Amino acid sequence: MSGTLTLNKITAQRGISVGEAAKKIADLGWNPSYVQEAMTFPTDYKITKAPKDPMKQVLRSYFPMQEEKDNRVYGALDAALRGDMFRNVEPRWVEWMKLFLAIIPFPEISAARSMAMVGRLAPGEDLRTGFTMQMVDEFRHSTIQMNLKKWYMENYIDPAGFDITEEAFGKCYATTIGRQFGEGFLTGDAITAANIYLTVVAETAFTNTLFVAMPSEAARNGDYALPTVFLSVQSDESRHIGNGHSLLMSMLKEPENHLLLERDLRYAFWQNHAIVDAAIGTFIEYGTTNRDKNKESYAEMWHRWIFEDYYRTYMLPLEKYGIKIHHDDVQLAWKRLTDKKYVHKVGQFFAVGWSANFWRIEAQTEKDFEWFEHKYPGWYAEFGNFWKWYEKLSHRGQTNILFNGDVGYVYPHRCWSCLVPCLIREDIVTDEIDGKLHTFAHELDRWTAVNAFAGEYQGRPTPAMGRFSGRREWESVYHNVDMADAIKDLGFVRTDGKTLVAQPHLRFDAKEMWTLDDVRGHILKSPLETLRAMSPADREAHLAEYRKGFTINPCN
Amino acid sequence: MTAVPNVSVGSGAAGAAIFPDSDSRRYRYFEPRAKRATHYEDVTVDVQPDPERYLLQNWIIAFPNGKGAYYKDATAALSSNWHAFRAPDQEWERTHYQRQSKIEGMVQSVIANGRKSGAPKAFDKSWVKILQNHLGAWKHAEFGLGTSLMQAQRYGYTQMINNATLTNSSYKLRLAQDITLYLAEIGMDIPGFDDNAGKHTWLEDKGWQGTREAIEAIMGSGDYLEQYFATNIVFEPLVGELFRSKFLMQVASPNGDFITPSVISAAEADYERNLANAIDLMHLLVTDNQHGAHNKKLFQGWVNKHVALANKAAAGLQPIWSQPHSKPVQYADAHAQSVERIKKILGELGLVLPKE
Repeated sequence: MSGTLTLNKITAQRGISVGEAAKKIADLGWNPSYVQEAMTFPTDYKITKAPKDPMKQVLRSYFPMQEEKDNRVYGALDAALRGDMFRNVEPRWVEWMKLFLAIIPFPEISAARSMAMVGRLAPGEDLRTGFTMQMVDEFRHSTIQMNLKKWYMENYIDPAGFDITEEAFGKCYATTIGRQFGEGFLTGDAITAANIYLTVVAETAFTNTLFVAMPSEAARNGDYALPTVFLSVQSDESRHIGNGHSLLMSMLKEPENHLLLERDLRYAFWQNHAIVDAAIGTFIEYGTTNRDKNKESYAEMWHRWIFEDYYRTYMLPLEKYGIKIHHDDVQLAWKRLTDKKYVHKVGQFFAVGWSANFWRIEAQTEKDFEWFEHKYPGWYAEFGNFWKWYEKLSHRGQTNILFNGDVGYVYPHRCWSCLVPCLIREDIVTDEIDGKLHTFAHELDRWTAVNAFAGEYQGRPTPAMGRFSGRREWESVYHNVDMADAIKDLGFVRTDGKTLVAQPHLRFDAKEMWTLDDVRGHILKSPLETLRAMSPADREAHLAEYRKGFTINPCN
Repeated sequence: MTAVPNVSVGSGAAGAAIFPDSDSRRYRYFEPRAKRATHYEDVTVDVQPDPERYLLQNWIIAFPNGKGAYYKDATAALSSNWHAFRAPDQEWERTHYQRQSKIEGMVQSVIANGRKSGAPKAFDKSWVKILQNHLGAWKHAEFGLGTSLMQAQRYGYTQMINNATLTNSSYKLRLAQDITLYLAEIGMDIPGFDDNAGKHTWLEDKGWQGTREAIEAIMGSGDYLEQYFATNIVFEPLVGELFRSKFLMQVASPNGDFITPSVISAAEADYERNLANAIDLMHLLVTDNQHGAHNKKLFQGWVNKHVALANKAAAGLQPIWSQPHSKPVQYADAHAQSVERIKKILGELGLVLPKE
């Protein structure tokens, strides 16, 4: 018997090829003639050419593949417990997961919902299976992440914050930024939301920092669970990128789409940068205890993943189809991450507001300072004193850093567009929408809110475009409210009715833990309401002062 | 590398220190259906927030008409508490993939083994025509329901409703693809098998136009709950089960085909789950202490509309029962059983079957 003869070869029979299977499946659809499908999710784009499915996707192979991926994930979680992972995990890291995992399941499930929108809009059936799989993938991501969070809650030293996770997501001054991300996937013009913002930009560019860079940092902090779950999640993204690119290619065929594509690529890139870099940059740079100078900083990773990979190989080639690419925006984002120290200003902002959140933030200390200075020259001069203050004021009995006049920090205005505050002070701009004054972190944020999210764009009617809505400035919800009352209203109090969920340290000792009484007596103010109440002259003077920035006082 | 813990207690593990809420190890923001939350509830409830449950700032992006990401009037049904529903099948991602994967494995094994034994060649000749034309047409009905439910899962006011709709869609789309590939594979073993005949039958054959119209009416509804209701409460018992269980499953083997029933059987189990979910949700709505009467009237309207379409569909399919050589089941008996089945389903909701 031949040595190369195997049972598979003996029993093999003729089958249909993957390409043929995909072709037959694509033929399942038809054009209804009795009742037309309602176009319930409008778009201003014109799509006439049916997108192709580059992945040749078939559910028969999809489900077993995904089950196998799941088996590996759940097996690894069991192994992590058997290996006593939590004994060695860095609490500084896991605390930030309370924020990250509060946010991320909602954008994921929003992406599942948004597949309904592109599934109906895209002509032809070729890509429908791809959208179907993405829908089920996103359902996978959302519930697998909820499961991971539950697992942390059950096994980590301080479960508080995990135990209120979805409620906290709807209320917190930081998660509001994540909601802008998730709601952006499924509200407004269906193509703007579900194709450009979600798939072409968020998934194609920024999931690399979300789901690849973050797991690396998790592993450095003794957390092997997050990489297991999120690298498995990321393995689905290549299919989603394929879906997005295919639909994008079919839209490029219509010259009248080009103006909208330029608008949406601009909006989506800038806002993904503003939101994802704020959040993930902070988790990676401030949630870690690993200060290995040989590892890449967030900015260095961004340059590799976003600048080199995405900008050069994905965005730039779109120019040959006649799409105007705003090169300056990419350069500007890069400058914000490096020269303007965007991520560090976000980390500082989150730390200032620690008492109104639902996780612990530990002070950065001398051993962190050296790494920051090495990776971001000039960091120590700008942030060193702040973190010394933060450490000093982390003890009960001190005045909450948010209200402590000795520090020198000036609480920022909130950007009406990306919802991250206007942290690069010199870039703040204002404008009016429907006669109401708003603040913006950058001219591009103003353009997004005023020009892009409007019923007309450069003279072209855009009736399907969404609008910014709601009480977007979080601070206005608690304008003139005592800090303790606000925290109580938020539900960010432990079940003893007095101890705060958030703490400015990692001291797991009841005596060290701040309570409502420790933060009472300070009144929250909405910077926007305050600005609106000023006379025009006072407002200009205030903004001029704001643009000058602030200096943190020396901490002795 | 091994990380060195940076905490005074020297460990990040549960129980390493005692302090307020160091033992708070359950999600405490929602009321579980039973005493303890199930795994499904933990990973599902409230992931999709809304202004009633936690959105302090309301929706922060709106459609041009001012509505936020999710809104209650995406259906004409009313509820005093949209958040009460929990899917009886308790499906979340892991159970969904396990079940779907198991089905795919089973279906592929049956087809492969059947083909290895030369079974398709032994199918009765007239049965082969039925598979080619009528099972070939049916796959489009399943696909239509799948895409319709994919659309519907965008609109529900809560995560629990949308996820149940999403898994329902996933089951339907899997079945449509299973049938497609099954027919393509046995077609390779049967000389003269026309793989395109099914779509032609679906689009052109007079007998199938009632089914196509019923499916298109569900696909075309702008009310997501009507789509979910019409699929599971009306179309499935009156047409879906009728054709799958009371024709394909019972008539196949007397005509030499033991493969088709296995391929189709998974759909019957899928439907039991989806039906349980749908009845539970609709039951909550018809017994709602504020809106029960409104919902009952609305649902009765949906029943009347979709039963008429489903009856027309079933009547159109009737001649298929006389096409096989071996006829172990009569259409009249099968139809009578499906009428009994829907009466029972409607009875649970206090609804009545309109007269044909």
